Parts: sequence; structure tokens; C-alpha cells
Amino acid sequence: MKHNPYRTEKIAFSLLFLATIVVLLPVILIIGIIVQKGWPAISWEFLTAMPEKGMREGGIFPAIVGTLFLVLGTLTFALPLGVMSAIFLVEYAKDNVLTRLVKLAIINLAGVPSVVYGLFGLGIFVMFLKFGASILAGSLTLAIMVLPIIITTTREALESVPQSFREVSLSLGVSKWQTIRYSVLPHALPGILTGIILAVSRAAGETAPILFTVAAFYLPKLPDSIFDQVMALPYHLYVISTQVPNVDPKVRYGTALVLLLIVLSMNFVAIVLRSKFRKKKKW
Amino acid sequence: MKTAVETQDLNLFYGDFQALKNINLRVKENSITALIGPSGCGKSTLLRTFNRMNDLIEGVRIEGRIVIEGENILAGGTDLVTLRKKVGMVFQRPNPFPLSIEENILFAPKIHKTAAKADHERIVEESLKSVLLWDNLKDKLGKNALNLTLEQQQRLCIARLLPVKPEILLMDEPCSALDPIATERIEELMRVLKEHYTILIVTHNMQQAARVSDDTGFMLLGELIEFASTGSIFTNPSDQRTNDYITGRFG
Ligand SMILES: Nc1ncnc2c1ncn2[C@@H]1O[C@H](COP(=O)(O)OP(=O)(O)O)[C@@H](O)[C@H]1O
Ligand SMILES: [Mg+2]
Repeated sequence: MKHNPYRTEKIAFSLLFLATIVVLLPVILIIGIIVQKGWPAISWEFLTAMPEKGMREGGIFPAIVGTLFLVLGTLTFALPLGVMSAIFLVEYAKDNVLTRLVKLAIINLAGVPSVVYGLFGLGIFVMFLKFGASILAGSLTLAIMVLPIIITTTREALESVPQSFREVSLSLGVSKWQTIRYSVLPHALPGILTGIILAVSRAAGETAPILFTVAAFYLPKLPDSIFDQVMALPYHLYVISTQVPNVDPKVRYGTALVLLLIVLSMNFVAIVLRSKFRKKKKW
Repeated sequence: MKTAVETQDLNLFYGDFQALKNINLRVKENSITALIGPSGCGKSTLLRTFNRMNDLIEGVRIEGRIVIEGENILAGGTDLVTLRKKVGMVFQRPNPFPLSIEENILFAPKIHKTAAKADHERIVEESLKSVLLWDNLKDKLGKNALNLTLEQQQRLCIARLLPVKPEILLMDEPCSALDPIATERIEELMRVLKEHYTILIVTHNMQQAARVSDDTGFMLLGELIEFASTGSIFTNPSDQRTNDYITGRFG
């Protein structure tokens, strides 16, 4: 057959297009099925009531609250620590062996499987520090897990602020810290915010790190203190899907839908923020 | 005339590379001093020693003395914040912050807390008047500074310095991003500012140096080859290399 560039072009295009569609398919299917099967379960009662009859009926309120508490707790620890260390790495640290080691450690931290964080949290926070399975232990574990996300996005946000902003500010007799505070951080804020939201959605969605450190199998009440266990959406979903017989699939999919909505809406906000930031950026 | 800046046996090293070699010069108060020379000869480096901006670069080592108002600013205990308030800098590329015109001018006084809120309006007006921007911009002070023309941006960058009350202005090729007409107008502005400030300007535009400056220093490969009144440098240079440069034989 004679070589025909138009034909090969067409074939290449079709193949690439097909590949893209195939990638899209599972996403659409997952969301479609969960919405379709879970939507009927969603009601005011489902969102605000305690579970009943061995989690087969009632609502998932304590799991939603538990997840929100865990997210808040995670941010309480990870946000200041992550942002401050990113500021140190970008603005203060000299490029030496130690800094490079720290940066390498952060990259590797991001690649650690989440169940390992769970075991680590169990060993350190639950057992060694004797926090027990608690909001405190779970938040700390999740915080360590999302720390690399916050540090990396904050670093990128800081590095994207032009060097000239710092130079001008310093040349005006503004001190180094004031320079960071007034002419770097404000311009890096949207980027940092994006990182925070990604961290939150990760913390909200993970099961393995909370499995041994905080998540309660069945605890139909709200926590009194940070030393209490809580139910959490991802673990609750696991429980009603595998550990409790005869749960109406509607309830499972409903729970999955709530979790998905929380995580996806956060990601969506992150994307919107980021694109707004890009458009506003003129330097 | 009084001396504003004096360097004594100034040497500067980037690591092993010596970028400034034994520089001795004396800048007069309320004058414009130009530094000329081919690209890479160390003009910017020299300029940045006067407000210690080279401190930001890792591996820089400086020897010698730079005396401003009787004090060696290279000495250990020098307060960089005070020094940089006294010695302001205009950069090669206009670099206003992506904030409003007003916020750009109030940036430093707000941080330094040198001005009461009631004075802000007056400071903005005075600063913009000093750089001859007031009439054009008085109705759009809230506009983003990045929407201004390059010339206006560079004027704004000069205006941004003034509330800090500097005595010396360092300008590193302030017109290199501007067209000839804008360049001429900035030069006019420099002549006006000279009344109140001592100006040091780096330029590789010899006509500019000849037009605007009172004294000129010619640099080559890190050395200050010749430093004299602009008139004598351009009409009667004492060094052959200066002569070669200003007649365009290299550079
Ligand atoms: N940060 C730096 N590190 C190492 N060398 C530098 C640095 N900045 C400038 N140099 C070198 O110092 C010399 C003088 O540079 P510069 O002062 O920028 O020259 P000019 O402003 O006259 O063009 C050049 O050879 C340049 O390569
Ligand atoms: Mg230069």
C-alpha cells in the first residue's frame, strides 16, 4: 500500500482521541453511578441524623462531623508548620547539603503509602505519646501526610513571586521579614490557598491513616474533646460496605456521594482559585 | 562641594572572580555621576555596593571602605535598613508592585510607619508631583500601576522612593527599557531631582552620560579607568582606553 500521510494523520488523531475518551470514561462512570444510586438516599435526615439499626438506617451525621473535625485538626497542625517551613526553605535557607536533604525528604514523604502513615500514627501518637485513638492522634497523622502537599504548593507559590519584588522592597529599607510579609506572601496567597484546599480534600478522603488512629466503627454521638474517637466518612463507608451485612446499597452510595461531594467541591474551589490567580497575575 | 559617597580601595569578589578592582572614587553631593563602560565591566556591581544589595548574592566578598556621611557602610555593625532608606535604588526594568499607583507610593511609608494616615494623601501628591506625574495620574490613583506606560512606571518607581526620604539615588540603566522620547524626559527629571538628591546613574548610553551627568567614571574589566568631570572625559580623556571607548572603538 502506498504511504499516505493524510491517512496516517487521521489514524493517529483517532487513536489519540480514543485514548482520551477512555480516560474520561471511568471518571464519568464513577460519578454517574454514585450519583444515580446515592441520590435517592440523600435527605435532610440522612445528613443530620444519627445512624440507627446497626447503621442500616438513620443518618450519617456523626461521620460528617467527624470528618470535618479531622480536617480542622489536620489544618491546625499542618498549615502553620507547612507554610513556615516553606517560607524558611524558599526565603532563608542557603543551598547546602542540609537543605537539599530536607527537600528530598519532603518529596519522599509525599510518596509514602497512606497506610504507612496510619501505622506510624498508631506507633507514635496513639501508643508512644498515649493520645489513644483520638481526634488528636488522627489529626496529627493526617497532618504529617498532607504536610508535603502544603509545603510543595507553598514553595511553588513563593517561588513564582518575582525576585524583583523582594529586591525593590529590600532596597526601600524594608527588613527581610517585612519584605516576606508585605511583598511576597500577599502575592503567593492564592497559590498557598490552593495547596490548603488540596490538602483538605486529601485529608477528608483517606481511610488508611485514620483506621488505627481515630476512626470509630460505630459511635452514634458527637465527640466531647480532642481525646475522643469519632466516626469519619471514608471509614464509615468501608464499614457499611464490608463489615455490616444487609445494608441497603442506597445508604452506601449515599455515603459515598456525600464524601465525593465534599472532596470534589474542594478540588473545584482550588481549580477556580488557581485559574483566577493566573489571570490576575500580570508579571 | 561636599562629598556624598567615597570608596577607598574597593575590591569585590563573586566567589573566585574579582568583579571590582581597587575602586577609588568620590561622588559629590547634589550632582549626577555617571558610570559608563562596556557590558560586564562591573557597573551594576559597583552601584549595588552603595546600598549593599550585593549582600543578597551568596558568595560575595567585599574589601575596602565605602564612606557615606563619615561612616564606613561596609563595617560590620552597619544597619542595612537605615542605609537603604538613605540610599534608594531605581532598577533597570520598571518594577512597580502589581498594586494601585497610590499603594505603590505608600508601600514603604506604611511599613516604616513614618506617616500618619492623614498624611497619606499629601505624600502621594507630593511624590507624584516630584516626578511630574501628578497632573496625568491624579484622577486614577486607584488604577493598577502595571497598566501605566513604561515611562510612567519608571517615574512611579522613582516616586516610590521619595517618601522614604533618601539622600542618594542609585539608577541602574533606568532608561534602557524606554524609547528615546521617554528617555529624554527621564533625563530632564534627573536634572530636577539633582537639586535635592545626589544621583548615581549607570548607563551604557554614552550620549546619555554626556547629556545628563556632571562627573563620569569609565570602567573596564572591573577597574575604574578614569574618573573626572564629564566635560573632560568626553573631550579630553587622559587614558587611551577611555578615548577608544567613547569614540566607539570597542564596547
Ligand atoms: N551574581 C553574580 N555571580 C557571579 N558573577 C557575577 C554576578 N553578577 C555579575 N557577575 C559578573 O561580574 C561582572 C560584572 O557584572 P555587572 O556588574 O553586572 O556588569 P555591568 O553592569 O557593567 O554590565 C560580569 O563579568 C558578570 O558576569
Ligand atoms: Mg548592569
